[in-house]
This record gives sequence, C-alpha cells and structure tokens, in this order.
Amino acid sequence: MPSDKPADHIVRSYDEQLRRLREMVARMGGLAERQVHDSTSALVRRDAAMAAEVIARDAQLDQLEREIESFAIRILALRQPMASDLRFIVAAMKVSHDLERIGDYARNGAKRSVVLAQQPVLGSLNGFQRMSLMVQENLKLAIDALVNDDAEAAERVWASDEPIDDVYNGIFREMLTHMMEDPRNITSATHMLFIAKNLERIGDHATNIAETVHYAVRGDSLPEDRPKADASAYAVVRPPE
Amino acid sequence: MGTSSETATADVASFGGLQARSSAGLNATSRISVRNLNFYYGTNKALKGINLEVPDRQVTGMIGPSGCGKSTLLRVLNRMYSLYPGQRAEGQVLMDGRNILDADVDLNELRSKVGMVFQKPTPFPMTIYDNIAFGIRLHERLSKAEMDERIEWALTRAAIWTEVKDRLHASALGLSGGQQQRLCIARTIAVRPEVILLDEPTSALDPISTLKIEELIDELKRDFTICIVTHNMQQAARCADQVAFFYLGELVEVAPAAQMFTAPKERRTQEYITGRFG
Repeated sequence: MPSDKPADHIVRSYDEQLRRLREMVARMGGLAERQVHDSTSALVRRDAAMAAEVIARDAQLDQLEREIESFAIRILALRQPMASDLRFIVAAMKVSHDLERIGDYARNGAKRSVVLAQQPVLGSLNGFQRMSLMVQENLKLAIDALVNDDAEAAERVWASDEPIDDVYNGIFREMLTHMMEDPRNITSATHMLFIAKNLERIGDHATNIAETVHYAVRGDSLPEDRPKADASAYAVVRPPE
Repeated sequence: MGTSSETATADVASFGGLQARSSAGLNATSRISVRNLNFYYGTNKALKGINLEVPDRQVTGMIGPSGCGKSTLLRVLNRMYSLYPGQRAEGQVLMDGRNILDADVDLNELRSKVGMVFQKPTPFPMTIYDNIAFGIRLHERLSKAEMDERIEWALTRAAIWTEVKDRLHASALGLSGGQQQRLCIARTIAVRPEVILLDEPTSALDPISTLKIEELIDELKRDFTICIVTHNMQQAARCADQVAFFYLGELVEVAPAAQMFTAPKERRTQEYITGRFG
C-alpha cells in the first residue's frame, strides 16, 4: 500500500540510518535463510564439507546481530525515536535476536549431519526437505514483511506454522518406530529427531518475527494463542507385536 | 458562521469517542471540561471545536507545531485572553460546574484557582519573600506568622526552599534561571490554585534545571491538576499522563501518554511526533 508509506523525516540522515538498519536486518535474514537451506542440503546429500561451511558461517550471523544491536542502540540514543520509528528499531533488535537463534539451530543441524554422514542411511529424508522448505519460505516471507512494512503478510506467516508442526509430528513418529525396530538406529534417529526439532524451532522463530513485524507496523499485538499443532509431546508408539 | 458550527459538530463527533476512551483509561474525574470551544483572534479562528477533558490531579500535555493553538487553549483556561481586545472564545469551559467563559466570572478569583507559569521566568523586581507574598496578599489577609508559614510551604513544594531559605530578603533577580522558574512555580502555588498551567516552562532552562522542574511536576500532580504545553516531545512523554496533539487549531488526538508515543492512532500525530512533518 504505497499511500500508507510514511513521509520522509525532516532530518534526512535519520531516514538514511533507518534505511541502513532495515538493510542490515534484510541481509541477516537472507544469511539465516541460506544457513537453513545449506544445513538441510548437507543432511540430505550427506555432505560433510557443506556442513562444515554452515558451521563456519554462523559467526557471520553472530557478528551481524551485534552490529544491528549496537547500531540500533546508537539510533535510540541519537534520535529518541517515537511511535512507528521506535517500534521499528526495537523490532529490528528483536528480529536480529531471532535470526541469531535460527542460525544456531542451523549450525546444530549441520554438526549432526556430519555424524549422520558416517552412519548408514535411515529411512527417507523427504520429510526433512519438505519441512525445511516450508520453514525457509516462512522465514523469507517474515523478513520480506519486515522490509516492506507489511502487517498482512506477517499475519499470514504467523498463521501458517501448523503444516510445519504436522510434518514434524510425522518425523517424530517415524524416528520412534526406527528406534524400536532396531536399537542400532538409535544414534542416527536421535540426531535426526534433534534436526527435526531444530527445524520446528526455526519455524517458531519465523512466527516470532512475524509477530514482531506486526507490532512494528500496526502498533498492536497479535493474539496470544497462535495456531499450533506440535503434538509430539503426546505421541505414543507401541512396539511391534 | 454556518460553516464553522458545522465543522465544530463534525469535530465533536470524531473526537468524542477517543476522549471517552482516554479519560476512561486514566481513571480520573474531570477537573476541566472543554466543550466545543472556538477561539478567535479578531477574525482569525485559532481553535476549532475543541473538546477535551482535563483529568483531576493528572498532567495533561499539549503538543503540536507552532501556531497550532495549544498555547491559545492554555490562555483560555484562565481567561488570559480577556486582557486583549478583539480576542474572544465561544463554547464552554466547565470547571466546578461553571462555564468560566461567562461574562460574570470573577477573573481574579478564577486566576487564583488557575495559576500560570510562562516560558521565561517572570520574577517581580522585589525580594524572594515578596515575590511569593505579593499574590497571596491579593487574595487573602494573613498574619505575619501565617504568611511566613505559607511562603515556606510554597517554596518547599516548589523544591527551592533549601536554596533560598537563607536569603529570602535578597532580590529574586539574583537567582539563576532555573531557580527563578521554580520561584515562579512557588508563587503560583502559594495562592493554592486547583490547576496549574505551564507554558513551555523549561524551554529557557538548562538540562539540569529542566530535570528539576520535571521532578517538581511529578511531585505537584499529587495535589494539583497540571496542563503543560511543551515543544519537547520527550518531556511530554515523561511528564504527562494524557497527551493532546493539536494541529491548525484542531485537536487531532488525545490519548494516554504511553499510547501516544508508542502507537498513536492518527496519521498526523504519527508524522508529527516522529519528525516527519512539513
């Protein structure tokens, strides 16, 4: 909605600083997305070298988070921002924190992939790929919503985490079954469970980002009860007869 | 005048809801009710259909760009404008159930109930003691002991007593700007008003003196209803309980301060407080 775009600030350098902050968060979002993507690729292709790259690249995300934080603090001190500006700056700090956590989960998944690459193949990885794609999509949409000040897009991301939870529940059951069938599967299955859980958490952080964006744009919060479908806590798998 | 009354009615309709909500949010009874107020400097209409509830013993901040009418409204609240020919107000400003705009209102009594402090400190060229005593003598007859007591009380409430108690009979003009402003506040509260109007009280002061005045405002609102006009948005955010934003003679938005500065409802408010105006 271009008509809703706020006018420029009287002080031009203030606009430039806000634009720069927005770019930094967008860049960090892109990097986090890539980490999630590569971490899953490393798993699926059993590519330890790629996993090592993901692990090494995480430092860049940490560095970006620190840069965003100190830049945001500087703007707060210099401009004493109000209303939408204030909300955006605080949102940038919160989102960078979410992205940093997302990076940690991706790195953790990559580490586990290194171990998994040395183990026999266990079942299909289609669920992981699907889950990862969904999570990346949500993450991308959430970051785009921040960059474009689009509260409706944020709301859509926020409401679309359920399918990710559904895939996660499927993987959870499948892994339990593998472990029950043969105790030698436990090492791999446990690592894979953690990777699935990481992806599920990344999806949650994407919805956090969406909530933050919604607040930044609209100034009011989304309801507390987001649609959730992670039922793994209640899943029971009976041993084969 | 057909058009202006139509505008006024429209304003009542659009702002009535907001005001009801903000007053309800602050949980306070109204000390002053401004109803459908229009104000003219000659033929120039400076306030257009203003409706505002000023809650009792709270700080109401008034913000807006120069010429928006916020100081004009302040000048209406104690009929300051009556000193100038050609200036007139229409509508109602209710205080204790009376319309203070009525012709038969005793202005001296009104101004003892509604005190005012200006942008630049305005001490009289007399001693500190007499600066305070001057106003009291206009309204009350006090014995020397009572007068001494009242003056100590006023200076203490204005957080300047410890700085001046040893030189009460020295000229007030020897005080620093910040001290002079606190002296003016002491002079205002010495006649025990109900409402204190502050017109940019710190814009001529250094940052430390400014903080002292802000601390004082916080302290005084326990006993007095305060209206403050300020150009300093952060000051309004810090001091005020409710904030009213004026633009071109209209009251655009009134809301609790916390909401006003984090998530204002009106686009014009948003653009003004984020520094996008003009």
